[in-house]
Amino acid sequence: MIKLKTFPGGVHPPDRKSLSVHKQIEPAVIPNVIVCPMSQHIGAPCQPRVKEGDKVKAGQLIGQADSFVSAPVHAPISGTIKAVCLAPHPIGKPVMAVTIESDGLDAWDDAIQEDLYYSRLEPKDILNRVRNAGIVGLGGAAFPTAVKLSPPKGKRIDTVILNGVECEPYLTADHRIMLEEPEKIIAGLRLIMKVLNVDRAFIGIESNKPDAIESMSKVAKGESGIYVQGLKLKYPQGAEKQLIKAILGREVPPPPCLPLDVGVVVQNAGTCLAVYEAVRDNKPLVERVVTVTGSAINDPKNLRVRLGTSFSDLIAQCGNTNGSVGKVIMGGPMMGIAQHRLDVPVIKGTSGILVLNRKEAAKQESRACIRCGQCIRACPMNLLPNLLGIYCEKGRWEDAEKLHIFDCMECGSCSYICPASRQMVHLIKLGKQEILSIQKKREAKS
Amino acid sequence: MNEEQESTGELILSCGPHISTITNIPKVMYGVILALIPATFTGIYLFGWSALKVVVISMLVAVLTEGVIQWILGRQMSMWDGSAALTGLLLALNLPPRSPWWMVLVGAVFAIIIGKQIYGGLGHNPFNPALVARVVLVVSWPVQMTRWIAPLDGVSTATPLGILKSDGIAKLGGIRLFDLFIGKTGGCIGEVSALALLIGFLFLLWKGYVTWHIPVAYMGTVCVFTGVFWLVNPQRYANPAFHLLAGGLVLGACFMATDYVTSPITVKGKIIFGIGCGIITGVIRILGSYPEGVSFSILLMNAAAPLIDQYTRPKRYGRLKKHA
Repeated sequence: MIKLKTFPGGVHPPDRKSLSVHKQIEPAVIPNVIVCPMSQHIGAPCQPRVKEGDKVKAGQLIGQADSFVSAPVHAPISGTIKAVCLAPHPIGKPVMAVTIESDGLDAWDDAIQEDLYYSRLEPKDILNRVRNAGIVGLGGAAFPTAVKLSPPKGKRIDTVILNGVECEPYLTADHRIMLEEPEKIIAGLRLIMKVLNVDRAFIGIESNKPDAIESMSKVAKGESGIYVQGLKLKYPQGAEKQLIKAILGREVPPPPCLPLDVGVVVQNAGTCLAVYEAVRDNKPLVERVVTVTGSAINDPKNLRVRLGTSFSDLIAQCGNTNGSVGKVIMGGPMMGIAQHRLDVPVIKGTSGILVLNRKEAAKQESRACIRCGQCIRACPMNLLPNLLGIYCEKGRWEDAEKLHIFDCMECGSCSYICPASRQMVHLIKLGKQEILSIQKKREAKS
Repeated sequence: MNEEQESTGELILSCGPHISTITNIPKVMYGVILALIPATFTGIYLFGWSALKVVVISMLVAVLTEGVIQWILGRQMSMWDGSAALTGLLLALNLPPRSPWWMVLVGAVFAIIIGKQIYGGLGHNPFNPALVARVVLVVSWPVQMTRWIAPLDGVSTATPLGILKSDGIAKLGGIRLFDLFIGKTGGCIGEVSALALLIGFLFLLWKGYVTWHIPVAYMGTVCVFTGVFWLVNPQRYANPAFHLLAGGLVLGACFMATDYVTSPITVKGKIIFGIGCGIITGVIRILGSYPEGVSFSILLMNAAAPLIDQYTRPKRYGRLKKHA
């Protein structure tokens, strides 16, 4: 047995993956109406390229990305454009979205077909296909993949890490694809290595997925330079910086530095699969695997979902909810985003839909910090979450800045472990916004 | 259009994380109380009903005072969260077995009001409330606070450290270390049995409620400090094992110095804190005029804790390492 690696700090939330881990991925029903937000990624929103009444085929471009840091949006189904207007979005305010009514044919764009010679493509052609396919990081952050694969001149990348950690409790989408399609994932990884001109890659998988370690190892065995690295079960093992630290022992310097500053590019397992499909089949990112789970869901499932399908449609396909629903979360329970309505669409970064019952979702009354130090031991970024929380609570923004509030990635380990139920992440998010607006004002003055 | 407002107003909204550990403040507080049960029962067994009376009065008064103050000040009511009960218990364990009821009452009220609530309640107090009260009692009623009885027979006696301070090392001849270890000696209710205290402390370590750093640094420093004197002149100074087991060192190091609120928060800080406590305890015991210095040393280091925190912040994540 190879020694399991990990990073310092972190917490051990119960993983609750058994609800859905044995459920094979099945295609979700294609809904009659689909809503495609023009912003499903980090970066500039897309410009709609269709108008009401237009007919589209699945895979056709409907939102064009004009900036470098952006990703185009494609029609996930064939049908008629019903509206181009503001629509609810699972992250924050309503955004511009294209609504498509299905024609029931699911006819795909002609350009989408297998390229038998895809393995002969030059790196820049692979990169172009990734960019045109609108691929973003599917782990949840939704950063445009093509941007990640275009390191600035002078930055030498020596290692690619495939993130198969899926450290968020409940989620099993990545686990399932690693079991069901390991060849495609590793072929995608190969393409990424080719683009970056890197000959070494590690696949990081936590020890709670021995079957995924096995299936990925089986495929990786035949590949030179690709190694599977088992990791200890600990949250947030799947955070980029922590994964790099665990596998390579390298620490990514504070912002604005990125993993590429230590020679590493990290790609999620689902992203690698999407890259493979985009390059081989010319298929844009119009579907993804979503885990629909939680104690309030009757029949948890891993579904292959067309983007733009509403949460309520998917919940209905999983036997609906039982008893009283307390909270609906997009993503995992640690960093996921609570929803206030269920007609929001699945977007590129939707790794799961988690439905907690009322008891689990009940808010704990937050108390004064008792300085137990658990949050400091848990913080993977070496911060003082206790003090950051107090400073943000009291509006001491400068003090919070001095304690490197912007190093915080909001993984939630501190709030999770806090015996006083303090909402450090909430306070820190608030603090960051305040500080940014103060900085903006300051700049405007000078 | 999808704009029809689906009525889901009942959904709970909050920032992540949406799950949390089952550990909360009452669990930790009652956990520590549970860990003190062996020492408490040993004390009651050795010193009889008067010791039980002290424990009950102290805990009850502490909890009631907490409730009354919170009610008067309109604060979040948390009298049953175990923290006031723990303060009361710790105070009782630091009192002589035959403490008069009124003195215990004054101590418990003082601990809660002046030791804790005056600063804003749990989490805000700079000093360990039980120790604040104990020191006030020591200074105010020195006679009652130094009236010791021998275990089991209740005859008046002196503590081993008291004998050492007033009569010198020669008079210690009859005291066996094993008796000190199990608690067959005069002293405060909860401090006499190192064995019972260590059993409780191991429980706390196992539960993960405290770390070993402060107690080990504290007791280790006392051993080294007193050991140096002993090595230089064993005819005059007691050996480190005696200093470790006599008096309130084990109780103080394991249960008082480790108080979250009043000790440093990082590992490095905890070790510095423990070493500081150890040096001050050694200085008071060997060079000072009081026989015992655990309470004073912890209180003094409590005052230094914010400063220690200031200088022991964790290193910022991300030094650029060279790689191939």
